[in-house]
Amino acid sequence: MTAATPPSSVDMSVDLAGVRLPNPMMTASGCAANGREMHRFIDVAQLGAFVTKSVKAQPVSGRGTPRMAETPSGMLNSIGLQGPGVQAFVEEDLAWLHSIGARVVVSIAGSTASEFANVARAVVRSRYASAVAAIEVNISCPNVANRGLVFACDPASSHKVMTLVREEVPRGLPMLAKLSPDVTDIVEIADTVLKAGAHGLTMINTTLGVAIDVDRLRPHLIAATGGLSGPAIRPMAVRAVWQVAGAMRAGRIKTAPIVGAGGVRTGRDALELVAAGASAIQVGTAAFNDPTAPERVGRELEQLIAERGFTRLSDVTGIAHERFTP
Amino acid sequence: MSARTIAAREGAGVVQVDAEVLGNSAVGAYRHLTLVTPGLAEIARPGQFVALAVGDGTSSMLLRRSFSIHRVSPAGTYGATTEIVVAAAGPGTQELTRLEAGASVSVIGPLGKGFPLPSQPVPCILVGGGYGSAPLFWLAEQLRERGCPVEIVLGAATADRLFGVVEARRVADGVTVTTDDGSAGTQGWVSDVLPDLIARTGAGVLYGCGPMGMLRSMSAIASDHGIVAQVAVEEAMACGVGICMTCVMPVADQHGTTKMVRSCLEGPVFRGDRVRWEAFDDGLCRVPADAVGAPKEVR
Repeated sequence: MTAATPPSSVDMSVDLAGVRLPNPMMTASGCAANGREMHRFIDVAQLGAFVTKSVKAQPVSGRGTPRMAETPSGMLNSIGLQGPGVQAFVEEDLAWLHSIGARVVVSIAGSTASEFANVARAVVRSRYASAVAAIEVNISCPNVANRGLVFACDPASSHKVMTLVREEVPRGLPMLAKLSPDVTDIVEIADTVLKAGAHGLTMINTTLGVAIDVDRLRPHLIAATGGLSGPAIRPMAVRAVWQVAGAMRAGRIKTAPIVGAGGVRTGRDALELVAAGASAIQVGTAAFNDPTAPERVGRELEQLIAERGFTRLSDVTGIAHERFTP
Repeated sequence: MSARTIAAREGAGVVQVDAEVLGNSAVGAYRHLTLVTPGLAEIARPGQFVALAVGDGTSSMLLRRSFSIHRVSPAGTYGATTEIVVAAAGPGTQELTRLEAGASVSVIGPLGKGFPLPSQPVPCILVGGGYGSAPLFWLAEQLRERGCPVEIVLGAATADRLFGVVEARRVADGVTVTTDDGSAGTQGWVSDVLPDLIARTGAGVLYGCGPMGMLRSMSAIASDHGIVAQVAVEEAMACGVGICMTCVMPVADQHGTTKMVRSCLEGPVFRGDRVRWEAFDDGLCRVPADAVGAPKEVR
């Protein structure tokens, strides 16, 4: 047997817009259900935070199947925000996460800006609100009032959602905006949501793709398009974090913590995002391959940081900008 | 290389292990893999499945492949082993069928709910399509231990795609074989022989595992005869553990309310009369209009 790794002396704690997390590791919304399933493999209360599946006001069946297609180093999905609705979510899922002592980032969604606000209100006013560490606003959903264009692809729609949600979220509870990479200028959207009151950014959501079934010669997914995730999109995530963190460091947009997400499978992947500017890390699709990944990646990240001679995670956040000469 | 436990939380009912491949042999058109899986074999039941990763942590194929458990040996010479049957259907399963003895493969299991066993010693018919028959022999043994007479029906397109005919003769009171082309047994489908077999044996339960079309027709036959069908479905899954939400299908609960349920968690075994078979067509499954949270009709 190999000797156990000696305890490292790296301070992995994170200040997420005023909320202290003991470590930077999170699940990614929609990649860990609402905790019970993953808790069979790792203690989700030990994560920096558990991020729930996006919840809407009412129950949603999601789409038919096939909903999923494997692609090189990734997958396409079109789940369609399947969920129990916010009332059942609070009573069953949030209650359970509260009972095990998890720090919870509740991901909210809506078809209209006011639905987002209604869902946020139901969560923050629930009797389990003390478990909520942050609200993540999934603005990558279709806006019924704007021909189904996703909120995150339109600055005005994004602004409206964040403004309405902000009115419901009590002071001291961070509001994260989850951004889509499918925009011309992600810095512009980041600027818009920060001006609307977002306390932090989660980057990135999936990017749109299509897979064709070459036997049937039709789209593989029942919805035709799906969100691409997994290591295939990691360079896009690192790029988005790099650009937005760069704009913050240059004073072009407001400074706020960035939660990096997109194709993280190993500690090295997480370190790329951290060095590009992420304060915390979400692990999504990799958990389908290894349900212990959110915890394992955290251990690997800590080890890598220690090996490079740092004693605090926060000292590594954004360091690639300092070591880059244009 | 020996087996290594990655996750085994108390009370979880499931483990994640880096299993050692003990054997890999050809059986007809399939490969039969024996895996050293400490902590898994001890708690598995017939009808449950395992999810295998393809390659190591650097593989470009991220999604797990799920296989129903063919057999377990909790206390074999090499420790607890789990056996599965793999058909090389695509690049991922091809890689799994090429695993050599001594190799390591990540296995999660046991997953899902197994076949419910009758409380009375009623006659049972077990129906397997292709290598879908894999879990039925182990099930047959458990049923016979409870005093249930067991008939096994095995069907496939061709003789080489049948699995377990010899094993079926060993564990069942009677065996019927069908092939589409008549290369073995009766020419035709399993559904052609089921009505007579139910009438002759007085079967109270049908158990099935195989393609959706077969499960659908055996569910209809069971309903026609006023008996229960318990069917293990095959849905595409990304994770097998309940976190990806891709393996859903419309199933009614005991109150008649249809929900899109995860076949990995609430299944893979469902009562045949609860599955909304009409939603499946041409490789797609559409959400029934009366399902909870179904999209509103837009006109």
